[in-house]
Amino acid sequence: MPNVTKVRVNGVTRSIDADPDRPLLGVLRDDLDLIGAKFGCGEGQCGACTVLLAGTPVKSCRLKMSSLADREITTVEGLAHGDALHPVQQAFLDRDALQCGYCTCGMIMCAVALLNENPHPTRDQVVEEMNGNVCRCGAYGRIVDAVLAASNSGKKGKA
Amino acid sequence: MKSHPFPPGFEPERYELDEPGRSRWLFPRRQFFKSLGAGVLVVLFAEAARGQESGNAGTNRRGGGGGNRPQELSAWLHIDEQGNVTVFTGKVEVGQNIRTTLTQIVSEELHSSLSSIRLVMADTLLTPFDAGTFGSRSTPDMGSQLRRVAATAREVLVDLASEQWKVDKSLLTSRDGKIWNGEKSISFGELTKGQKLTARVNDKAAITRPDQWKVAGTSVLKVNGRDIVTGKHRYTIDQKVPGLLHAKILRPPSFGSVLLSLDDSAAKQISGVEVYRDQGFVGVLAPDEWTARKGLLALLPQWKTEDQKSSNKDLFQTLRSTANFPQPEESKGPGDPLQLSATYTVSYIAHAPLEPRGAVAEWKDNGVTVWTGTQRPFGVRSEVAKALNLPEEKVRLIVPDTGSGYGGKHTGEAAIEAARLAQLSKKSVKLTWTREEEFTWAYFRPAGVMDIRSSVRADGLLQTWEHHNFNSGNSGLQMLYRVSQPKTAFHGSKSPLRQGSYRGLAATANHFARESHMDELAAALKMDPLEFRLKNTAEPRVAAVLNAAAKAFGWPGKKSTTSACGIAAGSEKGSFLATCAEVEIDPAKKTIRVVRVVQAFECGAIVNPDQLKNQNEGAIMMGIGGALWEQIDFADGKISNSRFSEYRVPRFRDTPQIEIVLVNRLDIPSIGAGETPIVGIAPAIANAVAAATGTRLRSLPLTLA
Repeated sequence: MPNVTKVRVNGVTRSIDADPDRPLLGVLRDDLDLIGAKFGCGEGQCGACTVLLAGTPVKSCRLKMSSLADREITTVEGLAHGDALHPVQQAFLDRDALQCGYCTCGMIMCAVALLNENPHPTRDQVVEEMNGNVCRCGAYGRIVDAVLAASNSGKKGKA
Repeated sequence: MKSHPFPPGFEPERYELDEPGRSRWLFPRRQFFKSLGAGVLVVLFAEAARGQESGNAGTNRRGGGGGNRPQELSAWLHIDEQGNVTVFTGKVEVGQNIRTTLTQIVSEELHSSLSSIRLVMADTLLTPFDAGTFGSRSTPDMGSQLRRVAATAREVLVDLASEQWKVDKSLLTSRDGKIWNGEKSISFGELTKGQKLTARVNDKAAITRPDQWKVAGTSVLKVNGRDIVTGKHRYTIDQKVPGLLHAKILRPPSFGSVLLSLDDSAAKQISGVEVYRDQGFVGVLAPDEWTARKGLLALLPQWKTEDQKSSNKDLFQTLRSTANFPQPEESKGPGDPLQLSATYTVSYIAHAPLEPRGAVAEWKDNGVTVWTGTQRPFGVRSEVAKALNLPEEKVRLIVPDTGSGYGGKHTGEAAIEAARLAQLSKKSVKLTWTREEEFTWAYFRPAGVMDIRSSVRADGLLQTWEHHNFNSGNSGLQMLYRVSQPKTAFHGSKSPLRQGSYRGLAATANHFARESHMDELAAALKMDPLEFRLKNTAEPRVAAVLNAAAKAFGWPGKKSTTSACGIAAGSEKGSFLATCAEVEIDPAKKTIRVVRVVQAFECGAIVNPDQLKNQNEGAIMMGIGGALWEQIDFADGKISNSRFSEYRVPRFRDTPQIEIVLVNRLDIPSIGAGETPIVGIAPAIANAVAAATGTRLRSLPLTLA
């Protein structure tokens, strides 16, 4: 018996036939081939699977399909416009704010939500908001720098 | 001890899993090279890679590319008719930035743009044999090999232009992917059109001196960074093949348990679930991971468990008592204040790479192609072939750029499991280990016990030094300071847990012991710890990093009842570092917070300064975890903290202010730097804590009483 959930993903309405108990992460990755969100822990402790739910950062490994009918999901694949990267993506690239890159998409989604909410955060605010995301390579300092740079990018790259 | 394919001075530990594959080059190379199409191919033979070759591209270039000595090729580079450069290497990218580093090196010597160069890495079908990516050997070995390959290719192109223009080659120059004669130029692509040239590396090809570098030596951004920030890069677990099924593996309830029986009838009732069993190996397949998990939970196994006596509580006693070494005499107690005897310990810790072990195995034509994140692609191919009882040519192993390893991905557990299920089901299978599996069924950094006995003269000169390491390993065990006839020894023990390589190997443990001990001696002498180290240093490279770190840090720094600073020096795998750390203590909460770190690092001629800083910063963060919180808890054959909610890793809030001071030695060949930057932070923190509290903590992780 099909279990169809209608969800808007990156602005497109998708009808997804999936067990209502399935976590969103697996559906994004396996059914929709949106692989930017990664599996890291399955208990919402590392943030590698972060996507936006109506603009709020959520851990997609802990989100069941049954809770998502008609909701709006944004993944990292929905950020760039053509060749133009989102300012947060560009800042991560420019600052080399990554090593292996496995946590990067989750970090970027968390940062995008943070800057939408608070366009000019302090360093401490960035640290607090992003503390739920793990970078095992330890590029934390650079990631904070990148988020701050993106927050100021409208002000001609002032530090 | 068996011999290793490593250069003198590099000592692979017993935990370095470096067994080479049983056979190396299995693909018919002639056919592969044909598939590259027209152009110029430059190959490097393994013996030439070790610097014993004195071939000449001018005379050998048409004769060196046959198929008669296939196993000895170690790298090659191809330039096609469009001027696209493809470099083939068996190294893997795990976040240490070697893809970019090697691209810079090739660009430097070939005089072709970074964007014209693509690296094909770690594919057993397409790339030359490589023992593995570990020991910080990629930059010194593969870097210097590719430097010569690229320089030879450039010379071949100059020869071609010289022939075509009938101009003496001494009049020709190369830059921007072109050969020039004054204002006149011809692109590499035009030169290689219609050519089918194979050249052997010419050792006389001119290599650019580090002080002349234009591309190497600069902070080039990650060459594949754009794919990562857009989510396009496919790690192992992102690979897709047609008809892919998701796998779960049945795990025993504790180490040593044996499967007695299995009732899989309920699992098989679930739509889409298939169960496969081969003796003790049981796997569940389903169209999606959630259903596979439901199938796994529906299995009813019966186990015979084995008594597992060891636990955290008696760990260090176990490591000591199972070593084949007579116990050193007990310290004579107080008496001569200038003699010191102390014991230091480190716990088992987990690599916890954010990308867990996983694999995609595609079954086709009675063979298997496996994508997996491993640091030993050829070794793991052998493991898979052996497990499946297949000839090695029926196994192709591909390593996509991987979500980190830190020494933890030398083995191929997930690759073998996925491949076995693919073989049993004759289907394509994806397996991603859960975080709990990763924390339980991978291997750990060895725990260890270190005994140091020393004596020092009242004026601060070291007299004797004896350093024993039980179980954790011999890396970094050699004495850094000047003392006549130091005694250092490693003693193997029976490890209760499965253990293996880790970033820097035992150098973190041995540096923690040695640099803590040096600090204890300085305190007994009432000498400044920096002054004491400098006084006992005969190596100018140690003094250079110590002075550089101390100057940038403002040593001795601040001290109060709740904060203080510590310093440590180190050397491992040919590079040198000194680390200063400032800590704050919260006596009520019994917490230690690292607020500021300065690390000076020297690894010869620097290829990419910003990425080297990035590696140093990351290693410091990772090292803070092992210094302050990380520890595997185990009892009754079970790991009791197998989740991120139970195993504390460093996070944003733990990030100190970090400054990296790079000491660039253009006169010294480049040395790898992915590992050694981790060894200084733990002792620097321990020394700062001792300075702040007056209490010496001798066990990692450091815990305030």
